[in-house]
Amino acid sequence: MRLKFNLKTLGLASIAVVACAASYLIAADHIDAPAVTGTGSDITDFYAFQSPSNANNMVFVVNVQGLLAPAATAAADFDEEVMVEINIDNSSTKDNLEDLVIQAVFDGGKMKVYGPSSPVEKGLTSTLLSTTPVEVNITAYGDSPVVGEGSGLKVFAGPRDDPFFFDLNQYKAIIGGTATSFNNPGTDAFAGTNVLSVVVEVPKSMLGTGSVNAWATSNRKM
Amino acid sequence: MKNSLKYSGMASLLVLGFAFSACDDDDNTMTPVVTYEQEDQMARPAINTVFVSSGEKDAFNTTTPANQGAAFASKFKDKLLALNAGYTTNLLGLDATAFTGVLATDVLTVSLTGATTFYDGTNVLTGRKLDDDVITVELILLFGGPDATSNPGLTDDHVDANDKSFMTTFPYLATPH
Repeated sequence: MRLKFNLKTLGLASIAVVACAASYLIAADHIDAPAVTGTGSDITDFYAFQSPSNANNMVFVVNVQGLLAPAATAAADFDEEVMVEINIDNSSTKDNLEDLVIQAVFDGGKMKVYGPSSPVEKGLTSTLLSTTPVEVNITAYGDSPVVGEGSGLKVFAGPRDDPFFFDLNQYKAIIGGTATSFNNPGTDAFAGTNVLSVVVEVPKSMLGTGSVNAWATSNRKM
Repeated sequence: MKNSLKYSGMASLLVLGFAFSACDDDDNTMTPVVTYEQEDQMARPAINTVFVSSGEKDAFNTTTPANQGAAFASKFKDKLLALNAGYTTNLLGLDATAFTGVLATDVLTVSLTGATTFYDGTNVLTGRKLDDDVITVELILLFGGPDATSNPGLTDDHVDANDKSFMTTFPYLATPH
């Protein structure tokens, strides 16, 4: 209820801003498409927020392989054939082409993070950057987070609680015509499940000025 | 004769060497070029899940944001009107064409200078925090009409927070279950 009234007060003033920037809609991105469902390249969510511990830094989170039961989490692994990439358009025109990329690859229990740097090419093909990566051991299930640091970055890879929350099943029932409204309280379909997380904290000064457009991709070795 | 061959051989090696270094730009060690092909893509939560028809979900994931609007905006509009036949405008004042035109280009705008949130009561679409109730915001924009009062049973899933508290220190996400 609070949200509704607050949204309402936003009113017309924000329309212009949002028309240029806007976004929105339902179960994050878990099992979104047949080619990636059940594979190491299935992105579940993407987050971008100012670091809670340093206002000069930005945090990017890309989660993959969602809906992991606790019993299945210890055995879950990042796919060494898959690169997780954070794409950043920092152009003044916001042409939605990536001007900078941050690339994470996984090898022998380690994650290596390259960038942020100009991509070798833009679009659907991504070549691994030749910059010096920041490395970190992938945190094992049940262990304290291992944090890698270098070149101003902090990096983490490993299983975490899925931060997404949504009564997905009731939404499906509504869409399927077997229900007409949400329940109160709802039931979080993602409660008790884990994901594999890539977290990168990076100085804002490396990203641009003002605002950027960002998106996450997963990419398989050709 | 021998000597001149030798010299011309060296000259072409030099040319080759120059060509390599021009391509490779730092050294002549043969760093393997590792190339990847895109499989999944996301920015705003639930866009593919909600707006893309089942036969095109892989195609949406492999269309660059710069091309998504042209390829998907009209299909998103059809989907919006299928989900909410009574859609007129939403709280942001966007009619169906404008709203889905924005949605079809799936990027997340992120502020480098202030609050970063999907919506916090003041700021709209300046990022996405771990605890943002993104689904309720999206439901309001989909079903709530121009003043968020339409379809009251559809504008809040009544799951307002994660099942675990987030950490205040890196990596911020909660420990796994």
